[in-house]
Amino acid sequence: MAQINQSNIRNFCIIAHIDHGKSTLADRIIEKTGLLTSREMQDQILDNMELERERGITIKSQAVRTIYKAKNGEEYIFNLIDTPGHVDFNYEVSRSLAACDGAVLVVDAAQGIEAQTLANVYLALDHNLEVFPVINKIDLPSAQPERVIEEIEDVIGLEAEDAPLISAKNGIHIEDVLEQIVKKIPAPGGSAQNPLQALIFDSVYDPYKGVIVFFRVMEGRVRKGTKVRMMATGACFEVVEVGYFGAGQFIPCEELSAGMVGYLTASIKNVKDTRVGDTVTDADRPCDKPLPGYKKVNPMVYCGMYPADGAKYPDLRDALEKLQLNDASLFYEPETSVALGFGFRCGFLGLLHLEIIQERLEREYGLDLVTTAPGVVYRVHQLNGEVVELTNPSNLPDPAVIEYMEEPIVSAEIMVTTEFIGPIMELCQERRGRYLGMEYMEETRALLRYELPLNEIIYDFFDALKSRSRGYASFDYEIKGYERSELVKLDILVNREEVDALSFIVYAGSAYERGRKMCEKLKEEIPRHLFEIPIQAAVGGKIIARETVKAMRKDVLAKCYGGDITRKKKLLEKQKEGKKRMRQIGNVEIPQKAFMSVLKLDDKK
Amino acid sequence: MLSAAFKGPMGLYLHIPFCLRKCLYCDFLSAPAGRQTIDRYVRALCAQLSREADGCKDYWVDTVFFGGGTPSLLTPEQIADVLACVRACYRLSQDAEITVESNPGTLTPEKLEGYLQAGINRLSMGLQSTFDAELKALGRLHDYRTFVENYHGARQAGFSNINVDLMSALPGQTLSGWLETLRRTADLGPEHISAYSLILEEGTPLYALYQDGGEKAPAPLPGEEQERLMYEQTKQVLAGYGYRRYEISNYARPGYECRHNIGYWTRRPYLGVGLGSASLLEETRWKVTGDLETYLDFFSPEKQTGERPLQDGAVLRQERQQLTETEQKEEFLFLGLRMQEGIRVGEFRQRFHTGLWDVYGSVITRLQEQGLLLVYDDGRRMRLTERGIDVSNYVLSQFLL
Repeated sequence: MAQINQSNIRNFCIIAHIDHGKSTLADRIIEKTGLLTSREMQDQILDNMELERERGITIKSQAVRTIYKAKNGEEYIFNLIDTPGHVDFNYEVSRSLAACDGAVLVVDAAQGIEAQTLANVYLALDHNLEVFPVINKIDLPSAQPERVIEEIEDVIGLEAEDAPLISAKNGIHIEDVLEQIVKKIPAPGGSAQNPLQALIFDSVYDPYKGVIVFFRVMEGRVRKGTKVRMMATGACFEVVEVGYFGAGQFIPCEELSAGMVGYLTASIKNVKDTRVGDTVTDADRPCDKPLPGYKKVNPMVYCGMYPADGAKYPDLRDALEKLQLNDASLFYEPETSVALGFGFRCGFLGLLHLEIIQERLEREYGLDLVTTAPGVVYRVHQLNGEVVELTNPSNLPDPAVIEYMEEPIVSAEIMVTTEFIGPIMELCQERRGRYLGMEYMEETRALLRYELPLNEIIYDFFDALKSRSRGYASFDYEIKGYERSELVKLDILVNREEVDALSFIVYAGSAYERGRKMCEKLKEEIPRHLFEIPIQAAVGGKIIARETVKAMRKDVLAKCYGGDITRKKKLLEKQKEGKKRMRQIGNVEIPQKAFMSVLKLDDKK
Repeated sequence: MLSAAFKGPMGLYLHIPFCLRKCLYCDFLSAPAGRQTIDRYVRALCAQLSREADGCKDYWVDTVFFGGGTPSLLTPEQIADVLACVRACYRLSQDAEITVESNPGTLTPEKLEGYLQAGINRLSMGLQSTFDAELKALGRLHDYRTFVENYHGARQAGFSNINVDLMSALPGQTLSGWLETLRRTADLGPEHISAYSLILEEGTPLYALYQDGGEKAPAPLPGEEQERLMYEQTKQVLAGYGYRRYEISNYARPGYECRHNIGYWTRRPYLGVGLGSASLLEETRWKVTGDLETYLDFFSPEKQTGERPLQDGAVLRQERQQLTETEQKEEFLFLGLRMQEGIRVGEFRQRFHTGLWDVYGSVITRLQEQGLLLVYDDGRRMRLTERGIDVSNYVLSQFLL
């Protein structure tokens, strides 16, 4: 395209509760705007990470530019920025929103508004985005579009009368959505004549091009040869290439100017120089001040990550560095464990975030990991007035110098159909929840409000919620602050030796129960040895639970028939190979998966 | 006196992959078959024997073992044909041990006499248990009474070297029941008794019965503790009858140890002939195909004239593996330690030109400290302790380099 008219650009994202069809709608929009033919379409083009495709969820925000010929005869450039739907990734959503001028809100015609629908809408309104609703899955037998329209108007206060009624899956009424994007979402502001001011909303590392920075130009222009400066880090680079996002590929172009979304490369080798949220400006003609950026989100869940093979430590460090590049919410620092050797203490937004990072490390970087039990950040107030932020249980100061401890509390909203209110309230009660109130959204659905300790929801709260509501409950939370709490460090001793990687902080009232379950679980995981192995849970040196792995009584081979030695040798080799996947603690070999199994401790089946 | 050109003795294993019915626990290569198939198979065996002879010309054969399956399904004529072939193609020692495995119920007086005539001098009988309920649980076709009749038949025919196979840790078996089986067997006075613990092998019907909580299983299996008690008391009970344990699971009157099986543990060369059989010759291991059709076709002239004749390597030399010196050392240990006497330290040096302690010093020390291994006879020999036998899998795996 020779000349791009700024008034014909639409920068928008799609927001939705998980599973309401956001990624599918994105696919249809790309398809209908003709950038690709149907034949080229693979399902869910935006989810180009293997893992995303498998889980059916969007982890990383991605962008794509397409061209739409509207009914008024004009061509529009659509910059569609995909956002993750899960609560753990609010931070990412926030990043994507900052690059947009409007948002398409997708609501499931059968399920209506869910907790994250609300959370995402509020987030979008916070960023001054123009939001319009779309009712999806209208072809489902259980669809009730009228009811959902009413709900959107009543609960959110958005005009929904003319909301497109669509089926993204079957491509019904997608044109209506495209027309409304043109009509309802404003063209970007800013002027190409002003000094360059662009917001970095993402970046990836390419082994050939270095860091590829994704950004939205707010003011001014940038082209090959422009000397740019990152305002927060101060790093300067000469731009090598600018361009925009095709479907799954980068398309170089001459110049990007105010209102446009695209990428630049500048032989940036150090991933730390381009911080997401930073402002890019022209080094020769800088803008006055940086853009607001985003609220820095602090990791809420921490765990230790260790390479199963100690020699892979540098590989793990490189992988974490690369992941952090386009996942600014990931935190890591080196730590050592007696049991596990050299590794990293990593911080995450939530447990799903943790699991996804873990899987990406394993799949994309081919690493074999041992992960310790996740914990939250505790505040330890010492008698000398010092306050320690505790992310690793092993670093808990001597109880004698601790005055008191605090733990993070969240405000939670749980949307649930009325028949499951009982079981869900029971669950919140078990998790030390403080009931704040309940509102009926309509006759059959209610919104429960609770305050819950974060460490009670990082393990398996989602799973428990789903199983106790047969999948009908949805959940959103935000950090409220810290509260004083009775907390103790629970230690695990295997054959009378403390295993630091298995220690964790727990509410004093739950210590016995957790200790007992932990011992039971470890008893299942630790294979029998030639001698008896006691497994003990202790608080402050006092044993509170014990299990015993009995000594191996026999381990004999089957008959070796007709001189077939090969088969027998394979058996012996298998046995020996199994040993390699063990961690030696004293003279006990603990399987690596035992360290992970404690994560699934409170599964109620 | 044999000429110095000979490299030494070797064993010959002949696999007969046929049975009347597959037992519930059996994962060996065996299946029921018709008369014609068996005839064809015996011809193939003879063909293989002559084909392999050249590779064995530097050895003399001092043990022959017909294993199965149920080799006693072969007629005396068939056995005689095969042995004639062995004699024609190989240097068979005058005093060779020639064993045939048999199942009770397949041994008529005529057959027994015929076997003896053909040259069989050792009879192995698969009794497994003296309790019919236990036999039934295993899917065996015979009962105890039939065994006793067959056993006496064998003695009458003139067999003076008989082995009886027994199995402990059977479904529903108690310690006293097992001891009773041992005593009844020993009372009959066979020269040799094999006593293995039942191991559920994946893929067998019995294994399947014990899955999902074992609700469909005939009876619960004895616990580990019971199973080990059975093992320990076997040695004591049989010692009272004059049997000596010479290998983890084998007991014999002095002088009646099975030479053929000892060959496996001491890495004496052996040639396997027949379906799925394994060989060790010139420090090379291989196996014959496990597919009956392929095996039979390979030795059928009319099938071998096709466009793409089967190659030797694909049929007779599967999983061919030239053992490295490291592998030879490993085998020397994990096979040799199955013997009651264990291994000779000096023999290790003689074979590998390096000291046992140089290779395995730390492993041996650790296993000694754990009470699993015993160095005795002034450091000249090394064997498993009783406790080491209990966890032999663990001990032997430590010797893999």
